[in-house]
Amino acid sequence: MPTKEDLAIAKQMPDAGGHFGDFGGRYVSETLMAALQQLEQTYEKLWRDPQFQAEFDYDLAHYVGRPSPLYHAERLSAELGGAQIYLKREDLNHTGAHKVNNTIGQALLAKHTGKPRVIAETGAGQHGVATATVAARLGLECQVYMGIEDVRRQALNVYRMKLLGAEVIAVESGTRTLKDAMNEAMRDWVTNVDNTFYIIGTAAGPHPYPKLVRDFQAIIGREARQQCLAQTGKLPDALIACVGGGSNAIGLFHPFIEDADVRMIGVEAGGYGIETGQHAAPLSAGEPGVLHGNRTYLMSDDAGQIIGTHSVSAGLDYPGVGPEHSYLKDIGRAEYVAINDDEALDAFRRLTQVEGIMPALESSHAVAEAIKMAPTMDKDQILLVNLSGRGDKDIHTVAEIDGIVV
Amino acid sequence: MSRITECFDKLKSQGRKALIPYVTAGDPGPKVTLPLMHAMVESGADILELGIPFSDPMADGPVIQLACERALLHGTRLVDVLDIVAQFRETDKTTPVVLMGYLNPIEVMGYAVFAEKASAAGVDGVLTVDLPPEEAVEFNQLMKAANIDVIYLLAPTTEEERVKQVCAAGSGYVYYVSVKGVTGSASLNVAEVAEKLEMIRRHTDLPVGVGFGIRDDESARAVSEVADGVIVGSVLVNKIAELSGNQEQIPEAVAAITASMRQAMDK
Repeated sequence: MPTKEDLAIAKQMPDAGGHFGDFGGRYVSETLMAALQQLEQTYEKLWRDPQFQAEFDYDLAHYVGRPSPLYHAERLSAELGGAQIYLKREDLNHTGAHKVNNTIGQALLAKHTGKPRVIAETGAGQHGVATATVAARLGLECQVYMGIEDVRRQALNVYRMKLLGAEVIAVESGTRTLKDAMNEAMRDWVTNVDNTFYIIGTAAGPHPYPKLVRDFQAIIGREARQQCLAQTGKLPDALIACVGGGSNAIGLFHPFIEDADVRMIGVEAGGYGIETGQHAAPLSAGEPGVLHGNRTYLMSDDAGQIIGTHSVSAGLDYPGVGPEHSYLKDIGRAEYVAINDDEALDAFRRLTQVEGIMPALESSHAVAEAIKMAPTMDKDQILLVNLSGRGDKDIHTVAEIDGIVV
Repeated sequence: MSRITECFDKLKSQGRKALIPYVTAGDPGPKVTLPLMHAMVESGADILELGIPFSDPMADGPVIQLACERALLHGTRLVDVLDIVAQFRETDKTTPVVLMGYLNPIEVMGYAVFAEKASAAGVDGVLTVDLPPEEAVEFNQLMKAANIDVIYLLAPTTEEERVKQVCAAGSGYVYYVSVKGVTGSASLNVAEVAEKLEMIRRHTDLPVGVGFGIRDDESARAVSEVADGVIVGSVLVNKIAELSGNQEQIPEAVAAITASMRQAMDK
């Protein structure tokens, strides 16, 4: 167990080079170094600027609709007969997921750096939609890279992005999912670095992205902490959030790092099961390596090649994870588990039927873990689950599994 | 003195510039690379850059991405690449060989193990695209101890202060990426390159190789007038791709391109 001093150090991570212990850093080709240094300077200056903070807060309140509620899922809790489940309702944000917290922040950075064009990578399409949304609002040109496999799985979000004026570029290289979309976005950025701001969607990538994405997403945890205290008079016993790249999870976890009694549980995509090798759970079953600009836990083979992942949810279908999660795992502050496709689908249906809330398939992984844990706990204990997005985008996927054509 | 430094010194005394072809090891088949390396040397190549195939080559354009995919299709591993170099060294003791690739395969092998195996195989230099000097302190020490040059990239976006730092960390030569973009993308502007090289040379005595955007005899010749080395990749890999159905023709066909560039550079 980490000591109080360890946790105080953990809260201050990363170091000046963007390292979270052995993880993170800036592993990119030379062409991008200047742009990353410039981004770091811009960010560090603006993040401390009260005017920028006011602008960010204003947008979160009036454009995103924050604070998002903390909802006591009483009926689900009663059915499970154990811990009380509270849902942090990021699904109620504008655009339907937590992603917009970060795109608002990065778009403000883009505006301040004067770059007229933004690019993004997307898996489930939520980050792409959130980027296209803020680009529309600020009048920025926007191109979104998306694996062609995800374009097929998330047709609704693809069309949403087009309606918002963004161009969606289907990526056919590699495994044709999120990691390949990120490769293509990096290639675009290297080529157009002078006029383009790369809005990375998760708390991964080269420094300073893991830090700034976390800082923009930490509003989730700050609100949840206050709301839980106000509603229940105490802190939750455990936080539960799904982890693909891990931005919603780190946003929830970070404000609680020094609350040693609050367990932090990240839920990875177990796909067909960890034992099958067909999953997207690098923290549960991977090894440290270097990809997409940072050192982190990765799914690679014994020759160092990145291996294909599988998850029913496109947003978790990624072979790496944000470096801060790797660090929190190694120092023993956070725990990481995996939930299989079937369990996530069951949770999707159950929350929909019992609470009238349809979670994204990504968030359904977190709900599934809560469903597992709650019955083993006392009725006065609290599980705080980050409901990171809404499930409308996944209706086609679920219908297809049910053999229904919508 | 390293084989790379010796090579540049010798060329300098002859008033010539280095021709440095790049091919991806194992592309498109396991048996092609070794005869290809020898053929390129015979056609006038001075230093060979051998790509380590990687599943996610983020700094590369489609040509080299596909080369990686072809090499990975039959499972070319870093150990296989080292094995190719060892076989090359059985008959060629003088031509420097530089491995070029991404960090993760080396990371997974372990830096120390890699340094030992690469040195034993006869590797002279290593260029890891996604390992800037800031992250390479331990890596550099181990490579230095194994007498392997660590070659770094400089880009059009690299500012003067950073040029100093990068050059101080590297050895063998520095690799100037002549265009903003991925491999095989835009054409380079020789006047701009010349200007940048002048700045780089104020901060280092290392030879400067120029790559990205060199696609024919004319661009090779033009770059050779301002740089110490001309690095050519995508145009060769394209030829390899064309002939992937007739692999036995690859060494001769690729060597014809390098021979022609050599001639243009020596005019």
